[in-house]
Amino acid sequence: MAAIGSLGDSLSVVQPAGQPAGQQGMQGGRRRRLNLFRYAMFTIFGLFFLLPLVAMVRFSLEGTKPGSFSTSAWTQIGSTPGLLSAIEITLELVVLTCVVVLVLLVPTMIWIRLRVQWIARIFEFLCVLPLAIPAIVLVVGLVPVYNRIERTTVSPLQLFWVYVILALPYAYRSLSAGLTAIDAVTLAEAARSLGASWATVILRVIVPNMWQGILNALLLTSALVLGEFTIAEILNYSTLPVALFNISRATANAGVLFSTSTAALLFAFILLLVLSYAGRRLQRNRA
Amino acid sequence: MAVAAATTTSGARPSRAGRLRPPAWIGTVPFLGYVGVFLLLPTGIVVWNAIRNPAGHLDLASLKLIFNPNVRSFFTGSIELSAVTSVVGAVLGAFLAYAVASGNPDGVVRRLYIAGSGVLTQAGGVTLAFAFNAAIGPSTGFLMHAGWYYNFPAGIALIYIYFQIPLMVLVFLPAIDGLKVQWREATESLGGSTFQYWRHVGIPLLFPAFIGATLLLFANALSAYATIQAWENQIAYTVPQQIYVAISSEVGLASNEGDVLAVGMVVLVAILMVAYAMLQRRAARWLR
Repeated sequence: MAAIGSLGDSLSVVQPAGQPAGQQGMQGGRRRRLNLFRYAMFTIFGLFFLLPLVAMVRFSLEGTKPGSFSTSAWTQIGSTPGLLSAIEITLELVVLTCVVVLVLLVPTMIWIRLRVQWIARIFEFLCVLPLAIPAIVLVVGLVPVYNRIERTTVSPLQLFWVYVILALPYAYRSLSAGLTAIDAVTLAEAARSLGASWATVILRVIVPNMWQGILNALLLTSALVLGEFTIAEILNYSTLPVALFNISRATANAGVLFSTSTAALLFAFILLLVLSYAGRRLQRNRA
Repeated sequence: MAVAAATTTSGARPSRAGRLRPPAWIGTVPFLGYVGVFLLLPTGIVVWNAIRNPAGHLDLASLKLIFNPNVRSFFTGSIELSAVTSVVGAVLGAFLAYAVASGNPDGVVRRLYIAGSGVLTQAGGVTLAFAFNAAIGPSTGFLMHAGWYYNFPAGIALIYIYFQIPLMVLVFLPAIDGLKVQWREATESLGGSTFQYWRHVGIPLLFPAFIGATLLLFANALSAYATIQAWENQIAYTVPQQIYVAISSEVGLASNEGDVLAVGMVVLVAILMVAYAMLQRRAARWLR
């Protein structure tokens, strides 16, 4: 149990700002060498990460004749059958999964911290367990469960049920980092002694103090749902990655593949960057 | 709902006599129920299907499937791909993580790299195979026409390294952030050089965290399915691909082949997790 528990320890992604790994009080020569090392690293890795993406952008702008430019692959995003609806489903799944993750985890985690600490270890184990059970394994056992769900409604939005499970380890780590950074017990006691109900304690006292953790949880959950392919494909639901995969099977190197993939990665990147800055602003306002 | 149930109890105050209140753990029931249905139940179904015969009785005969030469080749393929990409990804990622960590902790570079790493590790999936096909595909490549692009493991390993390095940055940054400036200063005040600092202080301190992160990368590559499926979906090289073949075609080696392979993967990951936990415990002694 502790085995999987400690696996999640390194998952709280955006660190509270600490000291850099040693720039203060450094001798001039060493600082120059360090900066040289840093810029070399950023250049080499930057190129490695950007070149495939640049190639993808270039292909998305390829005209009918090799070497010419055209925006037709970008306008095809709207006209390719099924693609817009897949994008819509994926975005709705992002929102649904984020909401359910927060509703399920935040009150439970605060409640455990305040009232039922003895359950904390089991809770943590369950939260990081999905790391040990790959999505491809989970989906094998989910087929019968989804057969049961589909008896009532067949909708790709039903995927959120299992996406919440996939997001648990990441969301748990972020929220747990946010919660341990504040003295929840003292805050709760103060609020309770002033007559606040438990709902008020959780929603109006503790939640506003752990915004950074909540934003990090949202950030990782959104990225995960945007790219999830395994479960959606096997359960036969056309989310964006599945739709792209099917297009690539039908026509290899279709221009619309590259334009839509570029747009999806760019969207995820901007979302993560915005949430990262939003977290900093919220923290500064409270400080 | 947890909150609704919780509001009726008032645990912080001394309990009034004569009124029965539900115990506090009731508040965790919604969570436990959810995890029970969507995590524990499916896992239980997989395990049960792997150890029963078609008649529904306990029968460990299917587990022998693991020793079938075909099945073994999927496990060898998976392990080979995961081992190569986790070691290369971990080494390169560690250098990049140090470059990121030694900058301004609130700076633009760090934010760009962390957001970018999040995208490539979590949201990449099938799109990464398209990107590499555009860049170095054998007939279409923008940068080069790589004849080895569809060779296993060379072509797919390069794409895996592309998402393993960012994962390494994410999981290794906390360990590097934990290196205290004072340790460096202590080395310098004793006349130690940069090389001596890394040789005797830095690397020994980071080593357990490094191995732990490498194991996490290994598990990540082992369970990856989207990218390799988009790269080449005609031939199965890895266990996840073969699980897909087994559950979608009914022509597998046995009716429960998918379940047996799945259990095999979980056992493999579990062994790694235990190794990881033991290393983390060692690392935790210094890096707090």
